[in-house]
Amino acid sequence: MHIPDGYLSPATCAVMYAAAAPFWYRASRRVRETLSHRAVPLLALVSAFSFVIMMFNVPLPGGTTGHAVGGAIAAIVLGPWGATIAISIALAIQALFFGDGGILAFGANAFNMAIVMPLVAWYTYRAIASRSPLASRRRVLAGAVAGWLSLNVAALCAAVEFGLQPYLFHTADGTPLYQPYTLEVAIPAMMIPHLLAAGMVEGVITALLVTYLQRANQPILALAEPTAGVTGWRLWPLWVGLAALVILTPLGLLASGTAWGEWGADELQGLLGFVPQGLEGLSGLWPAPLPDYAVPGLGVVPGYLVSAAIGIGLAAAVLLVIGRLLARPGAGARPQV
Amino acid sequence: MTMLRRGDFLAGSLAAVGQALEGTLFAEEIGCRPGLLQGLDPRVKIGTFLLLLIAVNLSRSLAVLAALYLLTLLLAWSSRVPLGFFVRRVWIFIPLFTGLIALPAILNIFTPGQPVLVLWSNPLIAVTAQGLRTAAFLLLRVGTSVSFAVLLILTTPWNALLEALGALGVPEAFLLTLAMSYRYIYLLLHTASDMFLSRRSRLVGRLDAAEGRRWLAAAMGALLDRSFQLSNEVYLAMLSQGFRGRPRLMEGFRTRGRDWLWGGVSLFVALGAIYLGS
Repeated sequence: MHIPDGYLSPATCAVMYAAAAPFWYRASRRVRETLSHRAVPLLALVSAFSFVIMMFNVPLPGGTTGHAVGGAIAAIVLGPWGATIAISIALAIQALFFGDGGILAFGANAFNMAIVMPLVAWYTYRAIASRSPLASRRRVLAGAVAGWLSLNVAALCAAVEFGLQPYLFHTADGTPLYQPYTLEVAIPAMMIPHLLAAGMVEGVITALLVTYLQRANQPILALAEPTAGVTGWRLWPLWVGLAALVILTPLGLLASGTAWGEWGADELQGLLGFVPQGLEGLSGLWPAPLPDYAVPGLGVVPGYLVSAAIGIGLAAAVLLVIGRLLARPGAGARPQV
Repeated sequence: MTMLRRGDFLAGSLAAVGQALEGTLFAEEIGCRPGLLQGLDPRVKIGTFLLLLIAVNLSRSLAVLAALYLLTLLLAWSSRVPLGFFVRRVWIFIPLFTGLIALPAILNIFTPGQPVLVLWSNPLIAVTAQGLRTAAFLLLRVGTSVSFAVLLILTTPWNALLEALGALGVPEAFLLTLAMSYRYIYLLLHTASDMFLSRRSRLVGRLDAAEGRRWLAAAMGALLDRSFQLSNEVYLAMLSQGFRGRPRLMEGFRTRGRDWLWGGVSLFVALGAIYLGS
């Protein structure tokens, strides 16, 4: 999954550095708050550990071998922010000293493997493990799912990043300048082996490591546990995720045609040769304020972004109002979980 | 992912670990040889290589990409990097994966265009001119980018690289962690290598995959355990040596005439490549 230089355009590389920067900033702040000076050797050693285990060949059924990234186990023992720094450093060493993974593409690689992967692994692990005892089997399952899912989400991010290249960067005659496969080829080509093999390796190794730590060294497993009274669930990752989705909305422009079943009257005319009478009567009932997600006076892409932001803002406002109406007096006295 | 004989994951892991150790030792040795790139101020070298790398990745012309690749060979030769080793390191190990990716792109299935070689007539499967150009772009761009990165790595000792990154504004805390991590990678690689060797020397017959995975997880767990212990020891050692939370890196670089000359030449080459390749 280490993207080498030459697969992504410099523009995409710059965008990925910019996307990773706020997470690096946040991670360094969080690590300084929680671990202080002790952080330096701890993060250095965990990043060295993650570097070393990437070299281990893990035997798979059928005689093949694969290797783990270690992003999930790093998130489980250090928390997502510590893991972000540790894995970023391991990736920087690979790119700078071993030529594995590009230097311009470092931002993209770090975004996929050092930011998305630990965050997905951490929230999956916390959601499944919840408050179960450290030695419970539920945590082994949580580790397995966290490893499998986080690697696959990271692989999907990589596939989208390089699958976008042929749409955005090509010569006048259409020859792609960077990675040549479009999203409909890049995503299955990347996801099938990750869903079936590489993700399995990450899941199995994470689960086995959790089992090992349960038996041999529970304090390490307890290191990143949310302390009593402090909620492990903050809403901000949700907002970051929503922001990422808003930024990705112009992807919709790349799809040709209309989503199945969402045809307008004029499209139905083309498809069926006629417009059902009932529909014809209803179609003028509600004139959309932003038809086809276009904002008057703005270009197509900014229009999409603004439409997405307005849509999410409206949905959030409606949910907030419903939540307020449904909240019974006294409900606030319940302890926060 | 590599195909190995069942039970040979121990040998595979040992080989990977050994290769990493050996590769960096060789790089350190080349980095200390007298040569063109070794004699440059590392700050200037990093800055100019970044510029050249951007030029490689911005170019829209195959001829310009080929010229930049030839430049890496010339630089390797004038920096006493063995050419055979340099070309092998770039073209055999690293873009093996890229070659596999580039290959299907030459066919009309993925890149429609002017057929130049018909492989199958009904349905038409042919190599297209556009497909060949697409594959050539990817291979040449990746190969040249990797060549520049490998040249930088081979001709710059790691401590000089770190100090230069510090001088160029990368946060010191990040570099201190990176330096420490790099140093302990060797210790952990040695520990891992010893574990694989001792397990392998006690192996009679074959190890089945499930047993192998369990052993591997225990080895990784032990390594993680060791990493945590070491981090505590290192922290205490840092405190006892007077660490007060502000890392300091040594820095003794001097920019000389040849650095300015090199900087000027590479700026000219990079801008020329961007202009000619646009």
